[in-house]
Amino acid sequence: MLELVGLTKKYGDRTALAGINLSVNNGEVFGLLGPNGAGKTTTIRLLTMLSQPTAGSIAINGLSLSHDGRQIKAVIGVVPQHLNLDNELTAQENLELHGRLHEINALERKTRIDELLEFVELSDRKNDIVQTFSGGMKRRLMIARALLHRPKILFLDEPTVGLDPQVRRRIWELVRHLSGEGLTVLLTTHYIEEAEALCQRVAILDKGSLIALDSPQALCRGLGEYVVEWEGEEHLNTRFFPERSKAAQFCNSLAVTATIRRSNLEDVFVELTGRKVVER
Amino acid sequence: MISHIVTVFWRDWIVLKRRLTRYILARMVSPILYLIAFGWGLGRNITMTTGSYLDYIVPGIIALNSMNICFAALGTPVNMSRLYHKTLEEYLLAPINAFSYVVGKVLAGVMRGLISSVIIIFFAYLFGAQLKINAWFLLALFMNCAVFAALGLVAALFMNSHEEMSNFNTYVLTPMSFLCATFFAPSQLPAFLYWIIEILPLTHASYALRQSSLTGEIPGLSLIVLAVYLSSLLWIGVRKMQQLQD
Ligand SMILES: Nc1ncnc2c1ncn2[C@@H]1O[C@H](COP(=O)(O)OP(=O)(O)OP(=O)(O)O)[C@@H](O)[C@H]1O
Ligand SMILES: [Mg+2]
Repeated sequence: MLELVGLTKKYGDRTALAGINLSVNNGEVFGLLGPNGAGKTTTIRLLTMLSQPTAGSIAINGLSLSHDGRQIKAVIGVVPQHLNLDNELTAQENLELHGRLHEINALERKTRIDELLEFVELSDRKNDIVQTFSGGMKRRLMIARALLHRPKILFLDEPTVGLDPQVRRRIWELVRHLSGEGLTVLLTTHYIEEAEALCQRVAILDKGSLIALDSPQALCRGLGEYVVEWEGEEHLNTRFFPERSKAAQFCNSLAVTATIRRSNLEDVFVELTGRKVVER
Repeated sequence: MISHIVTVFWRDWIVLKRRLTRYILARMVSPILYLIAFGWGLGRNITMTTGSYLDYIVPGIIALNSMNICFAALGTPVNMSRLYHKTLEEYLLAPINAFSYVVGKVLAGVMRGLISSVIIIFFAYLFGAQLKINAWFLLALFMNCAVFAALGLVAALFMNSHEEMSNFNTYVLTPMSFLCATFFAPSQLPAFLYWIIEILPLTHASYALRQSSLTGEIPGLSLIVLAVYLSSLLWIGVRKMQQLQD
């Protein structure tokens, strides 16, 4: 569905992306996980032709990005990190504009717009100017807009950043629903729970390089599914175990009190980079 | 392609339609002031070899007003949509070509320019002007609107801040609005200044509007100059749109 080979982007001397190779399968929800400045948005911008790669190639749906730009634009849906709706238009007009630009005929456009406004629960705000919407509503409208022309692959750049937990869950449900309908989704996030909750496979990005790629379960298993944590002299000590019993055994052998928990993608990230995804 | 041009235009039209009354009221202010100050006030003491000073400056006022309106219609809004609101991305992400966007936007700018010109013409007649409106006059007006809408778009695509945009206004548009045959014939100026002014588009818009409305003659040369400006600006705009990727 999506194939990146040696994808590189430099801004002057700064390397935002240092030769990424990955492929996303048809129907998959694929996550790009990484801290601020890891290169997630850069990747999405390259994939959507808003930015030119310094080196490397991208193929989407068997089409090469450098040759078939126009056809690719017709099969991708994009929800950027920043809100970029037209604030002077109503919700319905924003969708209408998108539908017209994608040459959806008037009849289908109308039914599709109503259907999608229903889907993102904005039907009652249809004729309101977007300026008056909350962040969560804008984000949902952007998702509706990205889906209007029935794309084959959806790019979501930090779809839930800055939203309250309830709206975040709601967006997760939307993504699951879309994935159930067979849509391929590439999403970026710096929320561990989001990657674990939604993604079949996750690529961990740090400083422009891919440092791990697998299913969240497999990544945790690679480390050991159980973690024992205990207070050390200076910092928290951790040790990973493949089985709970081994972890418990180790716990008992310690002189200080220790806790056992399941490992998560955060642990994977910390182990690989020595840093946390979100600095606390 | 036509349908995309229509779509780009349609977006600007519905935004304008929503505040059309307010828009029209606001467009009345400066023409009335110009007509009072230069037509009634100043004009009464100016004697012309042919016709009245009012008849002389009305084409100039139409030219400078449609220049300002058309430039402003695209300049700041498109600049903001590129740098700040990022709504330009919606067009960059859509499977449309750059030409459709540029032409649709320029036509939307022309629409605003024409609306405000109709308002001036209405008041000019009210103030007793005697201009004749014919096809050449309308063509010249359309061309002037299109040239400056295109200039606004090009400036919006090249300038990297709001401040640069307003500097462009101060250093380019304001001098033109006073010097380019709007209120007086530039041939009265020193030669070097005259020749600079003689190649500027607004000068030819004033010439063309004045010539066609006062004498009914075909302002051939001026229309050609405007056409050259328009096609160059459209070409630059399309090229820049195609290269907007970072
Ligand atoms: N237009 C640009 N010019 C120069 N440098 C840029 C530009 N865009 C991004 N960068 C740099 O590229 C690197 C990656 O940025 P990017 O926006 O892709 O990060 P990100 O993973 O999306 O981060 P965040 O979680 O903050 O959104 C950063 O070091 C950033 O400073
Ligand atoms: Mg980002």
